[in-house]
This record gives sequence, C-alpha cells and structure tokens, in this order.
Amino acid sequence: MILEDNLGAEGDSVYAALMAAHEGLSEAESHALNARLVLMLANELGDTARLAALFKAARDLA
Amino acid sequence: MAYAYTPFPYSPPPGLTAPEPRHPVVIVGAGPIGLSMAVDLALRGVKSVVLDDNNVVSLGSRAICWAKRTLEIFDRLGIGERMLEKGVTWKVGRQFHGEREVYNFDLLPEPGHKYPAFVNLQQYYVEEYLVERAQDFPNLIDLRFLNKVTDHKGHTDHVELTVETPDGPYQLETDWYIACDGAGSATRKRMNLPFEGQTFDEHFLIADVEMETSPFGDHDTPERWFWFAPPFHNGQSALLHKQPDNIYRIDLQLGSETDPKAEATEEKVVPRLNQMLGDAPFRLDWMSVYKFRCARLERFVHDRVVFVGDSAHVVSPFGARGGNGGVQDVDNLGWKLAAVVQGEAPPSLIESYDIERGHGADENMRNSARATNFMTPKSPIETLFRNEVLTLAARHPFARKLINSGRLSQPCTLARSPLQTAGDAPLHPGSALIDAPLTGPAGDRWLLGEVQGQFTLLAVGEITAPDLPGLARIGIDQSQEAYPCFQGKDGHVQQRYGSGFLYLLRPDGHVCAVFDRPDSAPIARAFDRAKGATA
Repeated sequence: MILEDNLGAEGDSVYAALMAAHEGLSEAESHALNARLVLMLANELGDTARLAALFKAARDLA
Repeated sequence: MAYAYTPFPYSPPPGLTAPEPRHPVVIVGAGPIGLSMAVDLALRGVKSVVLDDNNVVSLGSRAICWAKRTLEIFDRLGIGERMLEKGVTWKVGRQFHGEREVYNFDLLPEPGHKYPAFVNLQQYYVEEYLVERAQDFPNLIDLRFLNKVTDHKGHTDHVELTVETPDGPYQLETDWYIACDGAGSATRKRMNLPFEGQTFDEHFLIADVEMETSPFGDHDTPERWFWFAPPFHNGQSALLHKQPDNIYRIDLQLGSETDPKAEATEEKVVPRLNQMLGDAPFRLDWMSVYKFRCARLERFVHDRVVFVGDSAHVVSPFGARGGNGGVQDVDNLGWKLAAVVQGEAPPSLIESYDIERGHGADENMRNSARATNFMTPKSPIETLFRNEVLTLAARHPFARKLINSGRLSQPCTLARSPLQTAGDAPLHPGSALIDAPLTGPAGDRWLLGEVQGQFTLLAVGEITAPDLPGLARIGIDQSQEAYPCFQGKDGHVQQRYGSGFLYLLRPDGHVCAVFDRPDSAPIARAFDRAKGATA
C-alpha cells in the first residue's frame, strides 16, 4: 500500500480531472460514478493484499 | 403430466414383538441423502436400517440441479445413468439485467466426460430411483417407512432409539446413528445443538409450472436464466430452469416485507407468473414461499451420532450446494463408516469426515452467502455497488465476473485434510478425480467407472504400479500382466493427469497422494495415512 505521494507534480491535475469527471452530475449520479470507479481501480490494481490494506486504511478514518 | 405419488408399503417391524439385536448402522431419514447412504454402505457389504416418518417421495420438486460430481457419485451408486437419461442436461447460464443479457458462462466447455456439468431432475425422481436401487439389496438394506424416531439416547459406543409406528412404539439399538433428517432435523433439536450462521430476510417464491410453450423460446435450449431487475417482475430477481416432463422451475424474489401465507396462494401467484410467461397456458404444479439461512453445526460427529446433509448444514439455494453438498457428505462418509464397522479402521477415522466435510460446508456457505448478498443487497450502498457492477458489465469484461447469481456447486479440495500426503502432479492431491474416456480390451470405458469405490493406484504412462495389499491397480497407456490397462482416448488422460505419475485415489474419487517413482514404501505410508492410521 502506497500512502506517500505517488503522483508527484501531477497531483493537482489528477485531482482536477477527478472533479471534472463529476462535473454536471447529480449527487446520485456522482455516487454511482464513484462506485464504478472504485470497482475499476480495484480491478486495475488486481492485488488482493494491497486492496485489503487500502480498504482498511479508508475504513479506519470512518 | 403431474408426478404420480405411490406410497411405499409399511410392514410391522420385528422390534414390535421381540427385541432386535443391535444394528451396526441406523439411518434416520429416507430422503436423497439417507437413501444414498444406505446404498453406499450396501455396496460395501454393510447392513443398515433406514427409518422414515413418511411413506412417499419428496412432495414437490425441491432439489433439482445435480452437479457433475454428484452425478459421478450417483453413477457409482447405480442411478447416475438413469438420472442422465431422464433429466434435462444443461451447462450454460445466462444473466440478464432488465431485458439485456450481460453475461453468460459455460460450466463444461471441454468434451471427454461421461456426465455433463448439470442435470436437472426433480427430487422425487431421484428418491424413487434410490428406493428402487435400495431394493436391490434386500439382505443389506431394511427400509422402514412410517417409522418415526421420537427419542434417542447416545452412549460412547452405541445409541438407543425409540421409534413410533402405526402399530405402536418399539426400541432399537445401533452402533452408529446416521442423522439424515434434513434441515429441520429432530435429532439435532433433541440434542439441543446450536445451528448457527446467517439468516436472510428476503422471501422467495418457488413455483413449478407445466407448459407446452417453452419460456426459453422457440429452440427451448435448456439453460439457467437469471434476471436482475427483470422487466416482468418489479425490480427484483428471477430465475428460470427446465425440468423433465415440460416442467419449469421459476424463482421470484419477493422482498422482505412480504406476507408468506398470502403470497403462497394461486390468486397471488398466477398473476405474477402471467407477467413472466405472457399468454402461454400453464398448470401450476407446486409452489412454496420461503426464506433461507446459511447455518451449520459446529461438529458433525457426536460420539456415535453423525449428521449428514441438511441436518448438518444448510445453504441458500442459489448455487445448488444443498443436495449436492449432502451427496458429497455421503461419498466421504460411506467408505470410512464401512471400514470402521468392518474393523478395518479405528473409529477415529470418522473424525476426518467432520474435518473434511466441515471444510466443504464452510466453502458452500461462503459461496452461497456471497451470492445471496449480491442478489439481495442489504443497504443503499450495497444496492449502489450491485447496480454499478451490472452497469459496468455491459461494456467491461472484468465486471461480468463479479455478477453473482450463484456460484454453482464444484467439488471442494481436501488438500488440508490429515488423510492427505502432499505432492506435485498435474492433478494435485486433494482434488476430485477428473473423468476421461478410455479404450480397453472390452471396449470404451470411463475412468471414473474404473477407479471409484475402492482405494486405487492409478498409473499413467511409463511407470509401474507396485503391488500393495488392499490396493487396486489400473494402468493407462501402458501394458501390464498384473493389472488391467487401458489406452487414453483423444489425449484427455494425458492432458488431465500428465504422464509418468502414480495417483493414489480414495474410494470417494479424490487424489490423496501422487508419486513420480514406483517405490512401495512411500505409497504404503500414504495409503495407511489415508485409512486413518495415526502416525
């Protein structure tokens, strides 16, 4: 699991791209997009141990 | 045409007039599991008494999907071919979201197996075939209908039973009490054993309809069709299966806020089915509204009481893991119980049934609970993820594999069992036998028919199987005087088993050890371990 910066100089533009992906969507549509994105990123990563660590790290802040 | 129920005859048991000698095995429950148990033991020369409180086969179709491994076990018990002939063979499942097909799977894409991925056949036919098969062993199987066990008392080396009949009660004693009395097991309740797991709130309607016009369309290709949010059934899920005699199984999810009594009436059911089936005429053959749970006993073996099938573990029906799991229990327990009863193995061998089938039950519960959670999301966020999986599936292959309408029954591996010996070969120790076509001096054969039922050393390719007492031998793609040999057909044996290996197969058709050298000593050690010898 990578919790140090891994985006480098592109951090701001990645964040902006994520916001742009949501632009113009209703809150429900945005939640659906996020759900799709989580599923797609999980598949992209394809590593169950790293995913489990990420799920836990995110959950720990809830 | 509706199934004609013929009552089995009752005759007053001997115990009513004089005490019966202690029996080696009493099986409680004459459903598919209890009857299979009796036939398995009879094939090994072990006597059993089968007690059932009823005198007809299953009312309603109930278990209908029999998996390949189960059919292979039924082949050994002597009813597999009959089931294949009468049943509806299928292997493709299609999943729809609304009207659109989002994913399909083929459960047996390759040839070279005697049995298909699945055969659909109503439970009442399976029970009928098993009763007829049991009657082939009049000196070994004592079938007693209308014999209801009302009490039992367990001791360390035997069990006492009280049995109620139309002519009054009588007492029995048995060395082993095999509880095959189903999900509501009275045996389990009498013993106050906790039966714990996950309960699901959703109600489902199960309906069998007989109709001439196939709901699968013009070609009537038998498959498993599953809908999320079907257009004909208000936002819930639906399942369609074909059975013999033009009978179709329909499962409709009804939600959690349903009155099951009101729903299980023709007035409510027929309009729901009309929405699905359109104008085609049909006859309602059987229906039931049910909820389900995934639960198991912590232990399946309690001294001389052994729980088998639904009495030991129950699962949701999506995945066909109930009846199939129970038949695998029988396959696992049969040879062990026979060896213990016949004094060839210590009673502790029965403990390995608890370990191996407990592992199987956990796997079945995990799979069926996951499918049920996917089908019946419990919260808005679960619903959101489920729906987005279905949305993604239309375009992205990875999401299609996440769609879960039931992961269908597969034999589970015994790799971590204490009876196993680790090793490396194309088919790993712990795996169930994979069938393959053979040619021999007497014509074409199937591998499973040649090796199941007894410990067998299977020699594939250029390796000779050494002679060990009590161990059958068979050779593939070699020529020997000492044991029967066959040629593999179409490369299937080679592809599935490789070449130059010895496979030690258990009577339940699982690989318990593999060898690439023909040395007797390690094979003898693995054989002893598989028979429960303590090191």
